[in-house]
Amino acid sequence: MPDNAPVCPVTEKHIRIALVGQPNVGKSMLINSISDARLHVGNFSGVTVEKSEVFFDYKEYHFTVVDLPGTYAFTDYSIEERVTHDFLCNEDYDLIVNVVDSTNLEKNLQLTAELMTMSKKMVLALNMTDEAQKEGIEIDAAYLSQLLGFPAVKVSAAAKTGIEALIETIIEVHEAPRQEAKLIFSEAVEEEVDAIARYLDTHHFKAAISNRNIAINLLQNEKKTYRTLHDLPLWTELQPMLIEADRHIRTHHDTDDIKEVFAEEYAAFVRGVVAETVRVNNPKAQKKSLTDRIDDVLIHPVLGIPIFLLLMWGLFQLTFEVGNIPMEWIDGFFGWLGDVVGNTISNDEIRSLVVDGIISGVGAVVLFTPNIIILFIGIALLESTGYMSRVAFLLDGIFHKFGLHGQSFIPLVTGFGCSIPAYMSARILKNDRDRLLTLFIIGFMSCGARLPVYVLFTGAFFSQSVAGNVLFAIYITGALLGLIAAKVLKLTAFKGVDEPFVMEMPKYRLPSLKLIWHTVLTKTLMYLKKAGTFIAGASMLVWFLSTYPHSDAIEQNYTVQMEKTSEAAGREQLAVERDAAQLEQSFLGRIGKAIEPAFEPIGLNWKLAVALQAGLAAKEVVVSTLGVLYAVGEGASETDKSLVNAIREHIPFASAVSFIVVIMIYLPCLAASVVFTREAGGIKYFIYLFLFTTVTAYALAFIAYRLTLLVTGAPAVLPT
Amino acid sequence: MDTVATMVNLTECTKGCRATVVKLNARGALKQRLVSFGVMKGAKLTLLGYAPAKKTVEIKVGRMRLALRKEEAEMIEVQPDA
Ligand SMILES: Nc1nc2c(ncn2[C@@H]2O[C@H](COP(=O)(O)OP(=O)(O)OP(=O)(O)O)[C@@H](O)[C@H]2O)c(=O)[nH]1
Ligand SMILES: [Mg+2]
Repeated sequence: MPDNAPVCPVTEKHIRIALVGQPNVGKSMLINSISDARLHVGNFSGVTVEKSEVFFDYKEYHFTVVDLPGTYAFTDYSIEERVTHDFLCNEDYDLIVNVVDSTNLEKNLQLTAELMTMSKKMVLALNMTDEAQKEGIEIDAAYLSQLLGFPAVKVSAAAKTGIEALIETIIEVHEAPRQEAKLIFSEAVEEEVDAIARYLDTHHFKAAISNRNIAINLLQNEKKTYRTLHDLPLWTELQPMLIEADRHIRTHHDTDDIKEVFAEEYAAFVRGVVAETVRVNNPKAQKKSLTDRIDDVLIHPVLGIPIFLLLMWGLFQLTFEVGNIPMEWIDGFFGWLGDVVGNTISNDEIRSLVVDGIISGVGAVVLFTPNIIILFIGIALLESTGYMSRVAFLLDGIFHKFGLHGQSFIPLVTGFGCSIPAYMSARILKNDRDRLLTLFIIGFMSCGARLPVYVLFTGAFFSQSVAGNVLFAIYITGALLGLIAAKVLKLTAFKGVDEPFVMEMPKYRLPSLKLIWHTVLTKTLMYLKKAGTFIAGASMLVWFLSTYPHSDAIEQNYTVQMEKTSEAAGREQLAVERDAAQLEQSFLGRIGKAIEPAFEPIGLNWKLAVALQAGLAAKEVVVSTLGVLYAVGEGASETDKSLVNAIREHIPFASAVSFIVVIMIYLPCLAASVVFTREAGGIKYFIYLFLFTTVTAYALAFIAYRLTLLVTGAPAVLPT
Repeated sequence: MDTVATMVNLTECTKGCRATVVKLNARGALKQRLVSFGVMKGAKLTLLGYAPAKKTVEIKVGRMRLALRKEEAEMIEVQPDA
C-alpha cells in the first residue's frame, strides 16, 4: 500500500517536526521548554517571523524541531505566512505538531482543519493548559483525538507539564502508519468529494495519500494537486466534473468564493468538535475578566495615550537615574584598571595602545551597560505583557494619518532595542508598501547602541535632575521626526491605498521573571561581547590611526620650548598643545581635517566627524572613538580622565546639539544596513536610504545648530 | 418584547453592544483574514470599545479580542441582539 511508504527516506531515529499554529499560541515557548533553546517569546502576534531549527535528543531519537511563524490560516499573503506555507508545502518533515491555545480552541482548530487536508502525520498540542484550568475550560482530549483522528496531548509550555507525554506521542505517531484525519464536511461538499474520489478510484488513480484527499484538494483549488493531475489523460473527464461540483457547492453556500465555502465548512466542523469536547464551567464568566478591567484603563479613549507617554517617560527617567548609579563605579573601575595595567607596561607605545586605545574604547562602551539593561527590561515588559498590541491599537489613528499602519508600531518599538530584529519584524506587515515605508522609518527610532551617546552628552550638559527628561525628549523627537518622514515618503515615494488594520489583542499575561531575565541577559551579553571583540578591535584601529605617524619634528620643537619654560603650568600647557599637534598630523587627523570643511557648517570638528564616520560600523563605536580620541589627545597631563568632562570642556553646546541630531537620523550601522538591504529587496533601496538619511540628518543638524546658537547667543566656535 | 430586525454596520453600535454578523462586505485577503479570526456570517460579536477619535474599534469574537480600523468595521453588517 502506498500509504505505508515513507514520504521521504529519512534516516532512522531522526524525527523532523514542523511546529505549526496560529500566532501567539506558545510555539516558540514550547520548544524552549522541550529543549534548552532560547527562542524569542513575546505576548503578541508575529514574534517569530523566520523559521528556525532546534535540535535535541530524547531516548534514542534525534529531534529536529522547526519553529515556524504563526499563521491564522493556511495562506500566503504576508512574508511570514509565506515562510510557513512554503515550508509545509515544499520541504521535508516527518510530522506536524499543531500547537493550539486551549483557551481559544474554536479559533485555533480552524487552522487545524486546514492542516488536516495536507495528509501529514499530525499531533495536536493543547497548550496553555494552565490558563485553561484557571478559566474553567475543560477539554476532553481523548474524545478530541477520536473525533479528529490523531492524538491530542495537553501541555503547558509555561508550567512545563505534559512535555514528556507529548514527545512520547510524537514518537508513537512517527512509528505508526499514517492515519487519515477525520475531516467531515456538509452534505453538499461530502457528496462532491465522494463522487470525485469514486471517479478516481474507478480509474485506478493511485494517490500517495488517498483519493478522498485528492478530491478535497481539487475542490479547494489547491495548485499543486491541480498541476499533478492536469497532465493525466483522465483530466479531460475530470475537469467538467470539477466545474460542475464547484458550481453546485457555491450555490449551496450562496457565495461566489470557494475559499469562503471552505472556511465556512471548516468553521462548522470545528464548532461541532468543540461542542462535543469542551466544557466551560466558570462561575465568573459573566463578570469582567482581568484583561477587560486593565483594558478599561490602558486603552481608555482619552487617557490611553497619556498613560502610554507617562510610562515611556518613566522608563527614560529610570534609564538615566538608576542607570547612572553604577556608572560611576564602572568609570572608576576602568580608570583604576588603566592605571594598574599602565604601570605594569614599560614600553610607552604598548602602554598607550592598551590604556588609551583598548581600555578607553571598551570602557566607554561598557560604561553604559546599566542604561542599556534598563532599556532592554522596558522593551521586554512591553513585549511580554500584551501592552504592545494595545499601543498599536491606540496609535493606529495617529499612525494612519501619517501614512503608517498601526502594526508598524511593533517593528518600530523593536527598533528602540536594535534595528536588525526591527527590520525583520516588519515582515508582519501584509502590504509591501507599508513594509518598505516602515523599513525606512525604523532608523528614526534610536537603537540601544545610540543610547550611550545620548547619555554621555545629556550627562555632560544637563544636571542630573533634568537629564532624564532630555533623554525622553530626544527619543520622542526622533519618533516624531520619523512620523513626519513617513508622511513625506507616503506622499512621494510610497503612494497607494491603505491596508486594512485587523489585529488580535492578546490577553494580558504576567511575564515570568525567568523569561524577562533570559531575554535581558541574552541581549546584555551580546552587547558586552560586542564591546569585548568588535569594539576592542575598532578602538585599536582608531588608536593606531590617531597615534601614527609620530612626528619627531613636533616632538623636538615642543621639547625645546618646554625646556625654556620655567613654571610648571606653562609646561603642561605646552604638553597639551604638543599632543594636539601630534594628533592632528596622525593618519586619522589628516583624514579628519580633509573632511572637516564639510562638517564645519553644522558645527562639528574633525574629531566628531570621525566619530560619526566610525559609527557607521557600529553605533557603539561613536563613544569608543570619542573615548580614544580624547584620551590620546589629552596625553597624561590631564587629571580628571572622565570622558564626560572632556566632552563638557571641549565641545560647545550648539555643536553637541548638532551632533546628537546627526546621531538620531543618519544611516544605521553596517550590520543593520545589510539586513535593511536584504529585507527591502535590493541595493537600490539602500542607496535611497543613504541619500534620504544623509540629506535629512545634515539639513536638520544645520537648522538645530543655527537655532541653538541664536537662542543661546553663543558664538559659532568649533569644538577642540 | 418584539425586536425589529434592523441591520446596521458595526460602527453604529455603541460600546458594550452585542450583535450577530449578518453579512461581510469585505473581499479577498481581508475577507479571508476576518473569517480566519472567526468573523463570519452568524458569528456573535461584542463591541468592547473605541480608540481615540473612534478611528479604531475593539471587538470580541468568541474568546478573542480583535482590533479593527473604522473602515474595516463598516464592512461588517450586524444585527444587534435584543
Ligand atoms: N500561561 C501560559 N502562557 C504561555 C504558555 N505558552 C506560551 N505562553 C505565553 O504565550 C505568549 C506567546 O508565546 P510565544 O512562544 O511567543 O508564541 P508563538 O506561538 O511562538 O507566537 P508567534 O511567534 O507570534 O507565532 C507568551 O507571552 C508566552 O509567555 C503556557 O503554556 N501557559
Ligand atoms: Mg514564536
